[in-house]
Amino acid sequence: MTAVLGALGRPVLMAIAALGRVALFAGAVLGHILRPPFYLRELGTAILQIGWYSLPVVGLTAIFTGGALALQIYAGGARFNAESVVPSIVAIGMTRELGPVLGGLMVAARVASSIAAEIGTMKVTEQIDALVTLSTNPLKYLAVPRVIAATLSMPVLVAVGDAIGIMGGWLVGTTRLDFNSAAYLKNTTDFLEVWDVGSGLVKGAVFGFIVALMGCYHGMNSARGAQGVGRATKSAVVSASVLILAANYVLTEVFFTT
Amino acid sequence: MIELSGVHKRFGDNPVLQGVNLSIASGTSMVIIGGSGTGKSVLLKCILGLIRPDRGTIMLDGRDVTAQSMSGRDRDAFLARFGMLFQGGALFDSLKVWENVAFRLLRGEAALPKAEARALAIEKLRRVGLKPEVADLFPAELSGGMQKRVGLARAIAASPDIIFFDEPTTGLDPIMAGVINDLIREIVVEMGATAMTITHDMSSVRAIADTVAMLHGGVIRWTGPVSEMDETTDPYVQQFIHGRAEGPIESVR
Ligand SMILES: Nc1ncnc2c1ncn2[C@@H]1O[C@H](COP(=O)(O)OP(=O)(O)OP(=O)(O)O)[C@@H](O)[C@H]1O
Ligand SMILES: [Mg+2]
Repeated sequence: MTAVLGALGRPVLMAIAALGRVALFAGAVLGHILRPPFYLRELGTAILQIGWYSLPVVGLTAIFTGGALALQIYAGGARFNAESVVPSIVAIGMTRELGPVLGGLMVAARVASSIAAEIGTMKVTEQIDALVTLSTNPLKYLAVPRVIAATLSMPVLVAVGDAIGIMGGWLVGTTRLDFNSAAYLKNTTDFLEVWDVGSGLVKGAVFGFIVALMGCYHGMNSARGAQGVGRATKSAVVSASVLILAANYVLTEVFFTT
Repeated sequence: MIELSGVHKRFGDNPVLQGVNLSIASGTSMVIIGGSGTGKSVLLKCILGLIRPDRGTIMLDGRDVTAQSMSGRDRDAFLARFGMLFQGGALFDSLKVWENVAFRLLRGEAALPKAEARALAIEKLRRVGLKPEVADLFPAELSGGMQKRVGLARAIAASPDIIFFDEPTTGLDPIMAGVINDLIREIVVEMGATAMTITHDMSSVRAIADTVAMLHGGVIRWTGPVSEMDETTDPYVQQFIHGRAEGPIESVR
């Protein structure tokens, strides 16, 4: 019995300890955001790497998702003779949920991994130690620009993803289904509310923060050797993805249940 | 004056440092010798606070500078006095060579304008025997020995008063090794810097050192002026400086 409890308890305790360490790390990063020095050049590079270069992957994800969503809702709606809801449900589904969540997951795969691999490699090749000896705080120099860049870029990526996703739905709706183009667009704009989009953008900012934080955290705590960097990269992607899904539930609960 | 007393550090069940006592006078050059894996690099990192010693104190000019006992601002001021050449170079591979060398000059309150920092970096590169063309390459485009010398140029770029060199001549040809030995000597004599150098190369030891310390078994086995190194009867030192396979230091571990 005690053995069973022990076997159950240990991973739980370890998970709690890990969460505590992540929270401390997040606190340290946030504490550094407002205090100088500010590394603007690093911030610019990070925005380019995290935001700009993620556009294709987010766009592709969105267009296929919007298209598939239109087909599904059409098929489902046909059971109640409610095919006309396709435009508005596609728009609401994209902006509230699928835009931020799928965008966040794709960015987690692309960005959390590359941040963790880069910082992890810097750690194992003593570049982080070298930063310290050159009077540069590694958190401030490496983590802060990436966290700011991801938190600012993600809402923009989500907005682009929303638009492309709705366009994907429109493309499928007008070519594969029997919607009239003008009617489809009117239906979309009539039913879409500001908060549908706004809540998704807020989610995006939170997910961006999570992605960069996980990349930096696992990179900075990478074990020695190539294997250590590999493990850090994997942990960054897995933990960022799980945290995004968990945060998405919590945020949805906060935003849409009253 | 750097003084270490009773410095201990273990990694898991590997006791690396087991009570290191050592003092280095300001403006002198200390060379640390000792077998591979005895903890020489760990010792330098402990002084810099990159590794926290488990026990023991480290004093700089009479002040306790053991990492855990210093506040953020004190630690910044402390680190500003140091330069360090890492054993593996530890160059930032996302930055060009000159940006690596000028890293410290480009940042902080006393940051230089870019052109000036670049000129200074090129001058430091010249001192370690690298041509100005190297300045705009990335570290990955250099040979191992060239990377080492860039690391050296970076360590001395801001003219720190205390400089640590972890194996500065490993991987260099004999002529270049001689140039680097002279450079380190020059930095100590002309600029009055304090230097701590780790090396396995006995000709380097004789060229660089005022004093020599041998680390073995987690403690300083022997320390003294370089002139006494050859005369000492300590069998560990004798075996090490003559590179004999037989002796008290087990060669098969
Ligand atoms: N971060 C670390 N984690 C675990 N063990 C470490 C760490 N750093 C060093 N060690 C261990 O400490 C011991 C001493 O390492 P160190 O790098 O100081 O050796 P060294 O004397 O510099 O050797 P060499 O002359 O080969 O460079 C080694 O056994 C090494 O495995
Ligand atoms: Mg070493």
